Amino acid sequence: MIINNSHANRCAVFRKGRLRTFTVGGIHPDDNKLAAGSPLQTLPPEGTATVFLDQHIGAPAAAVVSKGERVKTGQLIAKAGGFVSANIHAPVSGTVLAIEPAADIAGRRQPAVVIRVEGDEWLETIDRSPDIVRELPTDSTVIIRKIADAGIVGLGGAAFPTHVKLSPPAGKKAEILIINAAECEPFLTSDHRVMLEFGEQALIGALLLKKALHASKAFIGIESNKPDAIRRLQHIIQENGYGLQVVRLKKRYPQGGEKQLIDAVVRRQVPSMGLPVDVGVVIQNIGTALAAYEAVQKNKPLIENSITVTGKSLPRQINVLARVGTPLSKLAALAGGVPGDTGKIVCGGPMMGKAVVNLEAPTTKVTSALLFIPFREARRKEASNCIRCAKCVKACPMGLEPYLLVKLAQRGMHGELKANRVYDCIECGCCLYSCPAYIPLLDYIRMGKLRVRG
Amino acid sequence: MNNTNHTPPAVPPAENGERRLLLISPAPHAHSSDTTHRLMRDVIIALLPAFAASVYFFGWDALRVAAVSIISCVALEWAIQKFLLRTPPQISDLSAVVTGLLLAMNLPGSAPWWLVVIGSIVAIGIAKMSFGGIGKNPFNPALVGRVFLLISFPVQMTHWTLPRGFAVTDAVTGATPLAVLKEGLSNGLTVEQIFDKADFTYLELLFGRIGGSAGEVSALALLAGFAWLLFRRVIRPHIPVTILATVAVFGGILWWANPGRFIDPLFHLLTGGVLLGAVFMATDYVTSPMHPKGMVIFGVGIGMLTMLIRVFGSYPEGISFAILIMNAAVPLINKYTKPKRYGKEVKHG
Repeated sequence: MIINNSHANRCAVFRKGRLRTFTVGGIHPDDNKLAAGSPLQTLPPEGTATVFLDQHIGAPAAAVVSKGERVKTGQLIAKAGGFVSANIHAPVSGTVLAIEPAADIAGRRQPAVVIRVEGDEWLETIDRSPDIVRELPTDSTVIIRKIADAGIVGLGGAAFPTHVKLSPPAGKKAEILIINAAECEPFLTSDHRVMLEFGEQALIGALLLKKALHASKAFIGIESNKPDAIRRLQHIIQENGYGLQVVRLKKRYPQGGEKQLIDAVVRRQVPSMGLPVDVGVVIQNIGTALAAYEAVQKNKPLIENSITVTGKSLPRQINVLARVGTPLSKLAALAGGVPGDTGKIVCGGPMMGKAVVNLEAPTTKVTSALLFIPFREARRKEASNCIRCAKCVKACPMGLEPYLLVKLAQRGMHGELKANRVYDCIECGCCLYSCPAYIPLLDYIRMGKLRVRG
Repeated sequence: MNNTNHTPPAVPPAENGERRLLLISPAPHAHSSDTTHRLMRDVIIALLPAFAASVYFFGWDALRVAAVSIISCVALEWAIQKFLLRTPPQISDLSAVVTGLLLAMNLPGSAPWWLVVIGSIVAIGIAKMSFGGIGKNPFNPALVGRVFLLISFPVQMTHWTLPRGFAVTDAVTGATPLAVLKEGLSNGLTVEQIFDKADFTYLELLFGRIGGSAGEVSALALLAGFAWLLFRRVIRPHIPVTILATVAVFGGILWWANPGRFIDPLFHLLTGGVLLGAVFMATDYVTSPMHPKGMVIFGVGIGMLTMLIRVFGSYPEGISFAILIMNAAVPLINKYTKPKRYGKEVKHG
């Protein structure tokens, strides 16, 4: 379904080689990739690790260890609470201090396993050598089982259990796998560093995912502001003859949204309230691909991830490979401490990340960034009257009318909200970002969505 | 156990020793640099070439009319917000300045001060603030002001100063090219005969050495403003382009059918404020459609109505009326033109 390809075509003329992008809405925020040049550094575990039992979409995991028990790094500590759920493993070795609620980034208490770090003794089954294992398992069910065992979830932020996504419902087939390496959120560079430093491993992971799905094609979508990553992955693919194809994308937010990425890469549009598999596509994040490689080829469960620690006033812009359960304050300290002009701390990117009230909260499997926003940029300006400039309509990547949805939500007109497809909103924040009157459009739309859902 | 008690993160105190707390809000945590103030400032900048041209051609009169109009519009908005609505005055958003400047551009250079003030009262007081201020008015305030004056004070409003610049102090007055044409045609003359007698050329239409309201005279300056608005992404091109195209096509068909009775489309485009209306009045955010499809319907409607009034109506020019009539249709247009949604809709219960 081609709606408006003219912009992509125009870019093609200027840049030699086609840059693809999605066809509805979108914005161009400053990308502020301040930490792009900073290699991943490993943060050795120390102190305590607090591991939440509910780090994914679906049922929380159930703890299988007890207080006082000694655990090794990589050992299963909580079992998936159903098919749509995920295993959780000890990210460190040491003694289980408690199984009790701990405060998350918003200050809410969530059940967690607290482990006191003692040394770093790994489970013997985990292959910790740096050698790259290129030979894929012949059986695709082995791949899915190992991914489920390793507790892998979508690392793009949704935290949806990966093994569920790799098992499409009966009658539906995913012929195309798209690896999401767009990293369209400003400031975030952790996926970028993964591609530069673990490029081949991530690509083998992509091949594993492709095989698990029995997909005939696999694309890797990368925005053009990461030319070194594009070159590196293309080089590896060529050298090894991997069945993968890099797709260069125009820098535009929210390119990494599932629906937008499918539109950009294969020009298909997921039906309203549908799933990507309805148009024959499954999307996996590049970080998930790396985790899949480690799980299947190295027997290593998902116990660490790459996190960008950044902000305009931060002394050091860094990318860290940190164990799950590391307190955010430790990441902040590694980057030189909380800057004096900090007005807001965000876990994730500036467009979809969550505000942090508790810096002692631990990281989870899907923590992608810790962002420090200076005071002068942190405060929203006071809202004034809507001047009907239609910038929100132009920006909405789902083709909705945010100004109208807000009015309908304020008046509680549920039927009209449904008729105007409020449930399609992906909460990307483009409308609020673009509004010259600083109306909290997305806040009202979220309210409307909740009401419609009942 | 300290990891289950959360304490607010330590943000070092500000330089003046004040203790700061962290802000929280739902996402997004970033915002574009657009503000209402910035958009209005860009409209004012876009109007400057046309304003400069009007000062060049009409001299101090144009400056005087603009000053009176802007000051009275801003003062009135401030007073209404402060004393009648009792809301914090928001004149810093510059929207009243834009209304004042646009009103001035729609008046003859010779307009007396009281006429300008009455226009401001109608524009700001009746057309804008009585509906609730910025963003709430269904009709373009500056145009409501102008049309009110045109109907109520036809003599003063059609008493056009001919451009003589700063040099001459006693102004000469005359009719606008469209009025010359209309009168000639109604007296049974052909277009050619009228043009033989008239004292303007197309080049003068382009640069602005013609009679008319302050802002409508220099087509070139208005086009420069249009380019600025597009460059700054303040407006989208749909409305101005469809208005101009409709006027050109409508005028072109008539001219092709009978060149003796009807004037060529270029004349229609360069006179009577079509450019001022298409670029600055019809594109007013508040009173124009939200979606490209609707913008095209709106533009075509304005173009058709303008030409119908010009060719068959009793007024020599019609874009002000055309825009106001189409303003009334905007809610309906918005209701029936929806943006292209992402993905097919599915039936749901």
